[in-house]
Amino acid sequence: MNFKVSSSPHNRIKRKTSDVMLAVILACIPGILAQVWYFGIGVLVQIALAITAALLTEIICLRQRNRSFMQIKDNSALLTGLLLGICLPPLAPWWIAVIGACFAIVIAKQIYGGLGQNLFNPAMAGYVVLLVSFPLAMTLWLPPLNLIEYSLSAWDMILVIFTGYSDQGYSLAQFRTSLDGITMATPLDAIKTGLSNQQTYQEILQQNIFNHDFGIGWMQVNLAYLLGGLWLLQRKIINWRIPLTFIASLFLLSGICYLASPQSIADPLMQITSGATMFAAFFILTDPVTASTTPKGRIIYALLVASLVFVIRNWGGYPEAVAFAVLLANMCVPLIDYYTKPRTYGHVKG
Amino acid sequence: MILLYSLLALGIIALIFGAILGYANIRFKVESDPLVDQIDEILPQTQCGQCGYPGCKPYAEAIANGDDINKCPPGGDATIKKLADLTGKEVKPLAGTEGEVAEPVKKVAYIREAECIGCTKCIQACPVDAIVGAAKHMHTVITDECTGCDLCVEPCPVDCIDMIPVATKPENWRWQLNAIPVKQL
Amino acid sequence: MDSLIEKIKSGYLWDFPGGVFPPERKKLSNHSPIKQLPLADEYIIPVKQHIGHPANIVVQIGDSVLKGQALTQVQGPMELPVHAPTSGEIIAIEPRISAHPSGLEELAIVLKPDSLDNWCEKSPTPNYFTLSKVELLDKLKQAGISGLGGASFPTYVKQSNSQPIELLIINGVECEPYITADDMLMREHANEIVSGIEIFTHLLQPKLVVIAIENNKPEAIAAIEAACSGKTKFVVRAIPTKYPAGGEKQLIQVITGQEVPSRGITADLGIISQNIGTAYAAYKAIVQGEPLIERVVTVTGEQVNSAQNVWARIGTPVQFLLDNQGYKPLKKPRVIMGGPMMGFALHSLATPVAKMTNCILAPSDKALPAPENEQACIRCGYCADACPASLLPQQLYWHSKAKEYDKAQDYKLFDCIECGACAYVCPSEIPLVQYYRIAKADIKTEQLEHEKAEKAKERFNARNERLEREKQERLDKHQQAAESRKKAMAKDQGAQDKVAAALARVQAKKQAKETPEQQETTNKTAQNVADSAVSQDTSAKATAAAAIARAKAKKAAQAKAEQLAKDTDKTPTTEDSAQAKAKAIAEKIKAKRQAEAQAGSDAPAEPDNAAVKTESDNKDTEQGLTPAQIKAKAIAEKIKAKRQAETQAGSDAPAEADTVAGKTESDNKDTEQGLTPAQIKAKAIADKIKAKRQAEAQTGSDVPADPDNAAGKTESDNKDTEQSLTPAQIKAKAIADKIKAKRQAEAQAGSNEQAEPENLANQTETASPKNEPEPSAATDVKSTETAENELTEAEIRQQRVKAAIAKAKAKKQALGDK
Repeated sequence: MNFKVSSSPHNRIKRKTSDVMLAVILACIPGILAQVWYFGIGVLVQIALAITAALLTEIICLRQRNRSFMQIKDNSALLTGLLLGICLPPLAPWWIAVIGACFAIVIAKQIYGGLGQNLFNPAMAGYVVLLVSFPLAMTLWLPPLNLIEYSLSAWDMILVIFTGYSDQGYSLAQFRTSLDGITMATPLDAIKTGLSNQQTYQEILQQNIFNHDFGIGWMQVNLAYLLGGLWLLQRKIINWRIPLTFIASLFLLSGICYLASPQSIADPLMQITSGATMFAAFFILTDPVTASTTPKGRIIYALLVASLVFVIRNWGGYPEAVAFAVLLANMCVPLIDYYTKPRTYGHVKG
Repeated sequence: MILLYSLLALGIIALIFGAILGYANIRFKVESDPLVDQIDEILPQTQCGQCGYPGCKPYAEAIANGDDINKCPPGGDATIKKLADLTGKEVKPLAGTEGEVAEPVKKVAYIREAECIGCTKCIQACPVDAIVGAAKHMHTVITDECTGCDLCVEPCPVDCIDMIPVATKPENWRWQLNAIPVKQL
Repeated sequence: MDSLIEKIKSGYLWDFPGGVFPPERKKLSNHSPIKQLPLADEYIIPVKQHIGHPANIVVQIGDSVLKGQALTQVQGPMELPVHAPTSGEIIAIEPRISAHPSGLEELAIVLKPDSLDNWCEKSPTPNYFTLSKVELLDKLKQAGISGLGGASFPTYVKQSNSQPIELLIINGVECEPYITADDMLMREHANEIVSGIEIFTHLLQPKLVVIAIENNKPEAIAAIEAACSGKTKFVVRAIPTKYPAGGEKQLIQVITGQEVPSRGITADLGIISQNIGTAYAAYKAIVQGEPLIERVVTVTGEQVNSAQNVWARIGTPVQFLLDNQGYKPLKKPRVIMGGPMMGFALHSLATPVAKMTNCILAPSDKALPAPENEQACIRCGYCADACPASLLPQQLYWHSKAKEYDKAQDYKLFDCIECGACAYVCPSEIPLVQYYRIAKADIKTEQLEHEKAEKAKERFNARNERLEREKQERLDKHQQAAESRKKAMAKDQGAQDKVAAALARVQAKKQAKETPEQQETTNKTAQNVADSAVSQDTSAKATAAAAIARAKAKKAAQAKAEQLAKDTDKTPTTEDSAQAKAKAIAEKIKAKRQAEAQAGSDAPAEPDNAAVKTESDNKDTEQGLTPAQIKAKAIAEKIKAKRQAETQAGSDAPAEADTVAGKTESDNKDTEQGLTPAQIKAKAIADKIKAKRQAEAQTGSDVPADPDNAAGKTESDNKDTEQSLTPAQIKAKAIADKIKAKRQAEAQAGSNEQAEPENLANQTETASPKNEPEPSAATDVKSTETAENELTEAEIRQQRVKAAIAKAKAKKQALGDK
């Protein structure tokens, strides 16, 4: 008889890499739904574009590297595309998503050696490249739909994405003008602009845009991502250390600064519920490949990202900072991992 | 004048730092093994002479003096890699072979004792005195001491010495489970 | 420690990091009681079933053994005996597949049961507490008890620990899925187990005994608690179910919160842990006097019809166990010995049950899916979260895979307990543990090889040193010998010893004879030749003895001569390397000259004769030392000298046959002929020949033939010497000629040989200087070859010409010397 001989352990948990990726994708759904609710179908179009581009690029890359393209089944490219799509402004031109996804897969992932080898979070790398290369297109966020002067149908959005103009011939710039004729940005954007115009935080909050549930949309999107993240935590797909440390330290940092100078800084609650904070905490920072893997390292990593986010948001040139912060922290991960080796059983500390 | 001052200042600073560096160099000097000893550590000590030198130490000296690092067949690729690391030279394929060669198989000499005529020639050839026997009496190999250098095979007038691979026992088994999938997706 | 014991007593439990929760599947086998099995057809008892060394086999093929009889006997440390599981006959002692992951064969004793199952004499000691600790430990050792939890560490070694033990932990955790052997044993034999634990407590005298059982075995906990009731030192502790809580280190952490130091042992903490099964085995061994010949084995898995625990005798083939429980093999069968987390897949069902075998698992492919292809590591870190030793399995994996073993060791590779938790949780299905095992084995091999290389280096250096030393010693000895000889000479010359002229000759002969021996012991290049020369030497000795008798030499004198010869003997023993040779030769020559000179002076009867010889020998010596270029001149001189000597000798010599002279003449001619083709200065030779002829003619007419003959011979031998001195290139032809010449000479000599001891002496004498022309190492080898040729030639003739024996031999020796 020809016996099947293999090494122990002979049983394995039935949770493969693809299952892990799929779970993360599923956990994004509440957040995506919230985004669609506030920003329209454009979000889905962007996601679809990014995913398609990511998958195609991945297949081509695998072929070029003489790997089985069945590796696509590990869902990692799918996830990268999804994460990138989520980050894009809903009405950004179609090629933005395509370029971003291609860069994420080819440069940030496959050139490093494929899944598991990349130093930088591919989605964030793609996003940053887009942000740096096409700053205008990448900052054209719409205000929540109910604040837009013109009615904007799904078809209009798709047309805008692919042609730049809606059925009625309005351009994206026109859509962005809100009720008051003020060009709308994200709340963080508005705060930043206001602060740089010597306004106090309180004054900014008095502005119209904040009176009209302006921030509420973003806050709810963040809460939806928090929900998905909690589900991931419960499923033990992600470790609690990174999201908890990130949110807590961001809250604390901004809290301290807010107490010190309440006029010149957004309040802590605003900080953790606006922008991409929750999304980042649960879906970007926890990317297994590029995050730290030691228990202590994870805390340091999250702390580092949180500080960078806080610094860039308040003193940097960009209103949102997660992508930069994550990439910078990614670079530190090998070092963090090396210096945070846990104390092994039976060894004295040190 | 300013030029002079600045030159002076810079010169003094340079002197101070130079002195600090010099002191540190002496104070924190790390005594390392001479290169020859380090190389000798890496060599497999079979003393087989296949490198063209009479033993491992002479070859180590030769490497230290610039000889090629790829002349040690018993050490195989692993030794060449380590030598390359140490000496900073390029990893080369083993001299006389093309590219990667299989890991050298550990062997020991075995004397077919019935055929041994007791000529003592192998005893004289053995670089590590691993063969025992007296003239006109049968010789035998101390397996534990044998380095598998092959040197005793040639002088034997009756060809009674075989190099046999070391048998795999549970103690020296290296977990070669062939069923372990080596294919990586 | 006391406060710790209080804390443990209070019921506090610690936790260990990581851990996994694989499906337990213990229900398969924990419903039915432990089953007694019929006897198998044969039992294969591996000689080594524990950590340590195998004991000596004390049975032979064909022996009848009784159940429980020891098959091996302990002689050293870390040895354990094995016992016959039943009565029967030893049918083989051979390598069989052993219970080892490698599936390699190891020496095993094969027993064929006689179905009587007769016990050997048991020696139960229920009152073991009267025994001394040593006796009790010896009983445990003789019963072959090793840890039955899996590691198979000899129990007596663990128990004989000299460190004070505060805490004894009895491990009934059994955290591996599927296995219920300890569970069922505890349920059925709680009292025996507690009795066994009492043996351990008697040996160790701990302050507290904790019996740890995972909380998924309530029946077992209840049974043990009932058995322990009233024993204040005993604490039964239910611990949370988490794999690998049953690992010794993890269990200690759970019970005490302490960690066993890396590379240390539990006794360092004052803790010893023993398995439930070991306690039971100890009870059987001490109280009932039964050695370890059977144990509980869980036969389970989805492919087994009636999964349950059985009493399996050590050595039972797995096939037998499975067949008894109804095994349905899969298309590609997979049988695991041990649990699914740490057990190993069997290569064959002929594998026997060993002392550490706690489970035979035949899972379905659905329950334990076969490993699939390994995927890329996504650095998810699940492995690090699961690791009970707080290692970083991911980093270990990179470095192990890349064979960066020093880095892997930096990440504490050797603290990995191979529990398999990391590989269990790995979403990429990387066989992490396998990588670690390979790395560990490679590192161990590397270390062994390094040690071996170090040893080889030492031996190599020692050998070189020895060779160097020997060389030096030889040189020293040589010098000493030379000095002592000089002294001896001075003494001898002073002594007025009345020895016959024959003695001088005998002595010279001796030298000649000894020389080949010296050569043999020293000159390695000429070894083979020398060998045969020695054998020749013995016969030569016999002839020489006859000659001695004829010469009527006195025994005492002979002894002295021998001593002298020995002196000269010593000299060449140091002669080995080419460098040493030149010097040695020079000295030898000197010595000989002196000896000869002495002989000359000592011989009152024939002083002239001796003088002649000495003279001619000196000439020979000279000749030997002279380089070829200046040879002609030397020869000419020699001839002159010889002629004079001969004339001289001729006058003194007693009268004998004239005819011999003629022969000698022709002899000489032949010799000369032999020399002609050689490049030795033709003119010089011609001159010499002329001179010689004249001289001989003179002697022939004036003097009796005998001394003349001797002289002639000397001469012709000298020629030989000359010839052998000629450069190697021209040697071949010269040798051929020489052989011819010699043959003739010998044939002639044969006739006049008999009565002339002097003759013999002469030859040997003249022969001995032939040793000397060795200054060039190149010619040395060549001349050896020549000598060989001549030896064979001479041998043939030896048979033919009986009369010439002595002479031929002398010559041979002389040639052989070279």
